[in-house]
Amino acid sequence: MSALPPFVLFYLAGLAACLCSGRLRSGFLLVTPIVGFINLWYLPTGAAINLQLFDLQLELFDSDRLSLLFGYLFHIAALIGIVYALHVRDTLQQAGAMFYAGSALGAVFAGDLLTFFLFWEGMALTSVVLIWARRSPAAFSAGVRYLIIQIISGLLLLTGVLLLWRDTGSLDFTYIGTAHTYGWLILTALGIKAAFPMLHSWLIDAYPEATPTGTVFLSAFTTKVAIYALARGFPGTELLVYAGATMACFPIFFAVVENDLRRVLAYSLVNQLGFMVVGIGVGSHLAINGAVAHAFTDVIFKGLLFMSMGAVLTMTGRINGSELGGLYKTMPRTTVLCIIGAASISAFPLFSGFVSKSMIMSAVLKEQFNGVWLMLLFASAGVFHHAGIKIPYFAFFAHDSGIRVSDPPGNMQLAMAIAALLCLGIGVFPDLLYRSLPFEVAYTPYDVTHVLTQLQLLLFSALAFVWLNKRGLYPPELNATHLDVDWVYRRLVPRLVQPLVTAIVAFDRGVRQVALGIIDHTLGLARRLHSPDGLLSRDVSTGTMVLWVVVLLAIYLFLSFT
Amino acid sequence: MTEKRQYLLDKPRNVQRILLVLYTVSAASLLLDLLVERHVEHPFESMSGFYPLYGFVGCVTLVLAARLLRRLIIRPEDYYSRRDLPQHPDNAQEERAS
Repeated sequence: MSALPPFVLFYLAGLAACLCSGRLRSGFLLVTPIVGFINLWYLPTGAAINLQLFDLQLELFDSDRLSLLFGYLFHIAALIGIVYALHVRDTLQQAGAMFYAGSALGAVFAGDLLTFFLFWEGMALTSVVLIWARRSPAAFSAGVRYLIIQIISGLLLLTGVLLLWRDTGSLDFTYIGTAHTYGWLILTALGIKAAFPMLHSWLIDAYPEATPTGTVFLSAFTTKVAIYALARGFPGTELLVYAGATMACFPIFFAVVENDLRRVLAYSLVNQLGFMVVGIGVGSHLAINGAVAHAFTDVIFKGLLFMSMGAVLTMTGRINGSELGGLYKTMPRTTVLCIIGAASISAFPLFSGFVSKSMIMSAVLKEQFNGVWLMLLFASAGVFHHAGIKIPYFAFFAHDSGIRVSDPPGNMQLAMAIAALLCLGIGVFPDLLYRSLPFEVAYTPYDVTHVLTQLQLLLFSALAFVWLNKRGLYPPELNATHLDVDWVYRRLVPRLVQPLVTAIVAFDRGVRQVALGIIDHTLGLARRLHSPDGLLSRDVSTGTMVLWVVVLLAIYLFLSFT
Repeated sequence: MTEKRQYLLDKPRNVQRILLVLYTVSAASLLLDLLVERHVEHPFESMSGFYPLYGFVGCVTLVLAARLLRRLIIRPEDYYSRRDLPQHPDNAQEERAS
């Protein structure tokens, strides 16, 4: 049998979700990632599927070590997300999630840039339904903003790809670099979806507005496809090192003061993407391995954290830190699973974040990016502070909110348990992950230095939290909006453009009035001329007519003789 | 009835215990720093106590800076929702009248 591209299975499952319901639908959804995983596992290496489109050869499927790893990851993420959302009875969400996962798989296995672009846009169109499915006005407008920005990214990508095609005559997805204009266009397109500094606000704006189950899918795919594409097209681009270091640092300040706990996680998603972008920018084999490994572990532990907060939102209907607290009393399992996710993102030894992040840190030091290393170290302490401590602390401990809800439905618990097990499994047996990394690099995360220094960093960050809390210096959770870059296009630009729009409206009105006046005048004139006494309504005798004909003929005669 | 039930952390003594464990482990990690020969790649790393100090100072700076940042960026909860759409002229007139 020839190879079946992984996205086909997911698209079929999406169709099936549209056409059937109940247990049959659940069955289809559950079986898809499992069958897909087996299909991927047994795919012959170097399998390729081509499609002829006019005189273009599109490679719908092409695999190497890098895309295979992301392929496995997306199957795992899809399975976890599907199990988590199994109780949902919403065709829109369930079909949307399958098409979205399928598009992400299509993008990482795209053999050429045009195919990649098609799936890139497919992800934008299918993911927005997960936001709109919340069916609230806030979610609707956040979804519209999200879609606009995703489409802008797609258009930049398309322009870049077309320029590249014109210049090189090839659509191969290999190293692109920033030597040409098309490189910058493609980098910007990828940068939007990878949440580069100043281009990140769509993520902070939209992800927390999605449904509790939708955010789990959203956090897994879009940004990681961007990381995959950066790793393929822009490894070793030094600019990425500084962009990534900025991404790792600035969101933690926002995360400390943010009240919506899913928004805190969105900031920490940008922060973790920063580590990956630094790894890609450094570009050594160890660094790329680290970036890819971190993308792998991040999907799982960030998914786990989003799932635990989704469970809190589903059960209590609230997600603001100021309204939660004391939930450990009646949600013990969610609490423990959330703490496992928190320990993983904080990179505690024996948890998955540790084995991937330490590769990036080591690579950064080896390549002599000392300032960047210090920034990443600060970000590591900061991520423990806001994601490792703040999330579980404000949701499950802190002051008792008096809310007494039970743990979420069994399928949600199961999904979280699978993710938690993977976090621990990868943390304890990192070789399982290391074997599948793109490059063969010998690396051992567990030596005395790494473990001890990381523990010291984290323990003293925890002490700082305790000290700040006891001194009352920790900023309280407040019901408030905290501005971010999206303020520029939600407030500043509309406000600046308002006078211009007013001027255009006034000008337009003036032009219309003048035009209407001219039409009125013309109509009036015509009416006057044709009225009973009008010039054109007068009776004229036949004699006059004959006279004029004679005059005309005489002129004609005269002209023909001269 | 359930409200009267005592949970693990309702007793201050248990919270104290957890904090004590944290203090002990932190102190132990500092002691280990003196005993264990670490391999270093960066000059800062060779200072003993660099990582604990960096973690503690970094986090305190982070929180204090975030407090300052909050003053700049904080707005009412309905900041965006209030004016997401241009106001209806009737409403605007009413507001001006009041």
